[in-house]
Amino acid sequence: MGYAPGVGKTYKMLEEGQALRSQGVDVVIGYFEPHGRKDTIEKTAGLQIIPRAKIPYRGSVFEEMNTDAILARRPRVCLVDEFAHTNVPGSARAKRWEDIEVLLEAGIDVLTTMNVQHLESLNDQVWQIAGIRVRETVPDWVVQQADDVVVIDLSPRALVHRLERGVIYDREKVERALQNFFRESTLVALRELALRETAHEIEHRVAEHEGPAVPQQTVGSSHREHKILLLVTADPKTAMLIRRAKRVSDYLDAECFAVVVHASGDISFMPDTDREAIEKHMNFARNMRIDTRILKGNDAARTLVDFAHLNQITQIFLARSRGRSRVPLLQDTLLRRIVRLARDMQVVIVSEREPVKN
Amino acid sequence: MNREMRRKTPDELLREVQAEETSSHGRLKIFLGYASGVGKSFRMLDEARRRRERGQDVIVGAVQPKVSPEVQRLCEKLEIIPLKKLPGGLTMDIDAILKRRPAVCVIDGLAFNNPPGLRNSTRWQDARELVSAGIKVIGSINIQYVEELREQVEALTGKHVTETVPTSFITSADEIEIVDAPAEEPIGRSPEQKMSDEKRQQQFTVLREMTLVLAADVVDHQLIDYLEKHGIEQSYGTQERILVCITPRANAAEMIDIAQKIAERFHGEWIVAYVRQADLSAADKTALEEKLVIARSAGAQVVILDGEDPVDALLDFAKSSGITQLFVGHSQSQRRWPWKDPVDKLIRKSQGMDLRIFPH
Repeated sequence: MGYAPGVGKTYKMLEEGQALRSQGVDVVIGYFEPHGRKDTIEKTAGLQIIPRAKIPYRGSVFEEMNTDAILARRPRVCLVDEFAHTNVPGSARAKRWEDIEVLLEAGIDVLTTMNVQHLESLNDQVWQIAGIRVRETVPDWVVQQADDVVVIDLSPRALVHRLERGVIYDREKVERALQNFFRESTLVALRELALRETAHEIEHRVAEHEGPAVPQQTVGSSHREHKILLLVTADPKTAMLIRRAKRVSDYLDAECFAVVVHASGDISFMPDTDREAIEKHMNFARNMRIDTRILKGNDAARTLVDFAHLNQITQIFLARSRGRSRVPLLQDTLLRRIVRLARDMQVVIVSEREPVKN
Repeated sequence: MNREMRRKTPDELLREVQAEETSSHGRLKIFLGYASGVGKSFRMLDEARRRRERGQDVIVGAVQPKVSPEVQRLCEKLEIIPLKKLPGGLTMDIDAILKRRPAVCVIDGLAFNNPPGLRNSTRWQDARELVSAGIKVIGSINIQYVEELREQVEALTGKHVTETVPTSFITSADEIEIVDAPAEEPIGRSPEQKMSDEKRQQQFTVLREMTLVLAADVVDHQLIDYLEKHGIEQSYGTQERILVCITPRANAAEMIDIAQKIAERFHGEWIVAYVRQADLSAADKTALEEKLVIARSAGAQVVILDGEDPVDALLDFAKSSGITQLFVGHSQSQRRWPWKDPVDKLIRKSQGMDLRIFPH
């Protein structure tokens, strides 16, 4: 786990691969992105590289990890760069992390690299820090499945020196990188995220060893202390809401449900644009391993709060839309009705973050 | 630690800027690791080697008594000022280093105690003196030797810690890098420890976590400094900071309970605020006092805010303190004019942070 290109993730991964090889372990490189970095390329010496698969797409040929070839080769350990990579359309699987799952299922151990900004639930925080919407993301539960997470640290100053010396990118790209992503404050903030996230990943593993961190005071289906419910709407801010609610529920060891409320209980009756947006959000929630339901009700606020009462929900998460209306009474009517009806539980109103102006 | 507490006075800031400009002051870089054998010495000496190859005047002020063969090979490429033998034991030869005046001095094991009778009783104080003399110091610290973590570490490892470095020294560093590695790696290298593998793994995992959190706090410190020096009022939200707003009728116990839990799980901070109201009844005053007692006994830092409009006072403070989550109580009554309801107003105005509304 790193916080920027050039901190040394691939180098460290190869170094560990070499150490394993010297102990007689059968190690291969499944995918390696050299980025023209001399020191890193030297580290591959003596390790077998499995040739990439060639995937034709729209008149060009793209190269991806050849998962089938690795499975046929059956190494003990496989090194794979760029865990968050999205495969070109036409590949067997959409994401590299899905290819890695296949390798793991076949009993092959995998060492892989990623930067903290590719973690799905941090997408909005990264937007706030760097002003960049990261498109290639990995769901949190996938990272949580790793047996270990190690942070590859380097001080931002050292990283910037590396960049200026032309170690990370070609000279012509350096100036632009320094203006954008490699601004010192951005790097410092991302680094802090990487350290905290890795600390959490480690803590999570200790807690699993020791059993549940929260004492189980109640019995039955509601054995968890906290149960979180979030409202899915067609509003694009729902994605942010899902990420935030999931993050909090992971940290609180809570259950998390996502619901959409519709008069007929059948969203196929919705206008196309709304329906598509809601389906997208529901899929996204399921990909984040959140249970989803469609509730039937004419009064969305009432239906949601009734459902919360019936299911011993302790916290409702809602997205605050950015106020467009100048008339306070007309703004966020649904949200305010829910707040009024749910006075006996916690209601969390999640706000969009704005990138820091720097 | 809250942002307010850390905020420096203009004089302090000015002094810092002047110090940087005159650069009579050296710089301090610390490699932090969770155990011996994770590779701190190697990383540090490898940096020394690279600096030397780039033409910098680098010397080694102190290395550990026992080193691995790869560290030994690095040492052979570097100039080493030998440790000084005194009746009470070995010590880094600070006077020889000051006389030699290198640009960069590498110091392994900053937590070591010096033999009695010297002007500095510990090696980290020697390091600090070298930094003030204008020498750049690159040093290493094992998390197990941090003063403020001593009790936690002793409870975890069962070993008595006698040599420590204070956190303030670590946070004073210009740069910090952590040397992380999976917890199994150092096992083979320290066979003298005769614990079950499982238990040792757990210990290492907790120590790794402590290291990451301490480093994150140091980095957060640097970030706040940066924002202040550049006059940026926004926050990066890298650390969760919770502000719990207490009123006479708030369910303080529940609010504080969850604030503590979230702060602990996210390795964040929490503060309790109360907006002063002039027209409180005697009963409300007593109720409020009781709640503040609960807050203080839970270890909260309590701030009292003033302002004509309680919502604005709260939000102004929250924004200037980098708050990411604001906790308030639900409205008490159905108001005839909803836009006058403080919770409604908070919902409208609390942009850029999450608002958590609690039952009474």
